[in-house]
Amino acid sequence: MNSFIHIENLSLSYDNDLMIVHQLNLQISKGTMTALVGPNGCGKSTLLRGLSRLLKPKQGAVYLDGQNIHAMKARDLAQQLGILPQSPTAPEGLTVHELVAQGRYPHQSWFQQWSHNDEQIVQEALVTTNLTMFADHPVDTLSGGQRQRAWVAMALAQQTDVLLLDEPTTYLDLAYQMDVLDLLDDLNAKGHTIIMVLHDLNQAARYADTIVALRGGQIVAQGTPEQVMTVENILQVFGLQAEVMTDPITGTPMCVPIGRRGSRRKTRLAPSNGRYLLTPVMHELERS
Amino acid sequence: MTAQTQTLSPNPTRILGSRTLLLPGLIACVGLLIGALLWSITLGAADITPEVVYASLFNFDDSNFDHLIIQTVRLPRVLAGVIVGAALAVAGAIMQGLTRNPLADSGILGINSGASFAVVMAVFLLGNPPLSVYALFGFIGAGTAAALVYFLGSFGRGGATPLKLTLAGVILTAFISSFTTAILISDQETLDKIRFWTAGSLAGREMPLLIQTAPYILIGLLGALLISRQITTISLGDDVAKGLGQNTLWVKGLAAVIVVLLAGGAVALAGPIGFVGLVVPHVARLFVGVDYRWIIPYSALIGGLLVTLADVGSRIMIRPLELPVGVMMAMLGAPFFIWLARWKVKR
Repeated sequence: MNSFIHIENLSLSYDNDLMIVHQLNLQISKGTMTALVGPNGCGKSTLLRGLSRLLKPKQGAVYLDGQNIHAMKARDLAQQLGILPQSPTAPEGLTVHELVAQGRYPHQSWFQQWSHNDEQIVQEALVTTNLTMFADHPVDTLSGGQRQRAWVAMALAQQTDVLLLDEPTTYLDLAYQMDVLDLLDDLNAKGHTIIMVLHDLNQAARYADTIVALRGGQIVAQGTPEQVMTVENILQVFGLQAEVMTDPITGTPMCVPIGRRGSRRKTRLAPSNGRYLLTPVMHELERS
Repeated sequence: MTAQTQTLSPNPTRILGSRTLLLPGLIACVGLLIGALLWSITLGAADITPEVVYASLFNFDDSNFDHLIIQTVRLPRVLAGVIVGAALAVAGAIMQGLTRNPLADSGILGINSGASFAVVMAVFLLGNPPLSVYALFGFIGAGTAAALVYFLGSFGRGGATPLKLTLAGVILTAFISSFTTAILISDQETLDKIRFWTAGSLAGREMPLLIQTAPYILIGLLGALLISRQITTISLGDDVAKGLGQNTLWVKGLAAVIVVLLAGGAVALAGPIGFVGLVVPHVARLFVGVDYRWIIPYSALIGGLLVTLADVGSRIMIRPLELPVGVMMAMLGAPFFIWLARWKVKR
């Protein structure tokens, strides 16, 4: 396996008592899109912080292309790996262009000022994220989706191979969630290695090549969406009774939680090949 | 595409929306400041014409009484005003950027009161301390207060949030100020020496004290300009700045030293003048936006201008008496503070 990011025996904690992530091992291949999923407090965001050097490991190491990231210079790492924290806020009045220009920070020094090349890279990032027309608009006046795209554009201007994103779709309307995920998918197609924390299992299954499911700071399951999204895994990771179906649009697995109300109506579903399909609904549709 | 034209249009949320206006704007501020300084020098118990002011500056005659007044009384006073205004405004701008707190200001975060307590202690303990001691005690007091407020404000979940830092500053100010007052009411001699100073005053600032204090402030201002780009980046938030490869610990440490030099020096020179650091960076942002490479020089000039004008106001409002300039600033700053707290503070 062509391992690009290599996590070895990694333990992370905010104080010394409670290990949030405990002796975790994980390999991530170049050019893939990985989703970290799990219940609240499972350590997925903490793991992302450990991957990006926002949090120093208590034990173990993270290697990027063979180099220990915690032994690298901050600036050198920032030229190879970009991170978007969860719902970042821009200072009031900061324009999209100014925000994206900050992405050039690791490529500049105390004395080297803005170059033509920097400007070109910023313009490209604006085009990619479809924000050129908003370049001079303050970030805080944009819609949630545009705002998130502006932050992604900043990370793009950083020109890193690896992009880490902590819940890039949180607090966004559904349409904007898809908008941001599609953008990330485009970036992945262009060769960026993407690792993101996602709340929504179905989005993870749709967009990720690999899903890593965590619980209690340890990996419970990892692999393709088909391998990870099983009834047993969902029960084990989330403690949730659910059915797994096939997403009618993409063919990827789709998690449908049962819940107490759902279990009363379960008789309406007919089993088929170990998965439940929405046959009764289809019958009803045919009849009408 | 019609939207494309918007890219070229100036930013409507800033007065100097087009980047080409920023440098001319800065030069205009220098011009306004020089004008205000000259006006301030002409005002006083004896009105002195601008011509005489000009002559005393460039063609000094030590037998001319007006020239002597200008050189020994009025010039040090206005220079002190400019330096103190620039120092407090830049300190406020750095603190606002660093803490992402629109209410950050060396007065509100307790640094001024720490510095003034230390200076009062120096006068109380040493009687008639050499002038170099004022600045030193100013720095010690400012540094200690800054560290204490950060420590107090970092307790609990979420670390040093704007609200907690502000509360810690307010609490420390109330606490330290009561000690300062206790010393002043128990010791008549100390009170007589620095009564005006404790309210923030430019009256009676003389050249020797200015010479002892100004170099530190100038170093602080230069340092502020040098780290201005770093402040813009860290104003996006700690995690974002770290993700961009910034060594945020270094930036914060340097910025803290600069703030202590600026606020400590300013208080040693003119007492705790409040609200300058709060008001001025917001005014600067109205003109230039959010880039600290411009906010800092604009803040320095507007701060100098504001204190100079407030000092003029403090002398002409209740003539022939005068108010301490700190009182003048409080009258301007308090309504502004309420406006800020009402509209700009989200948490």
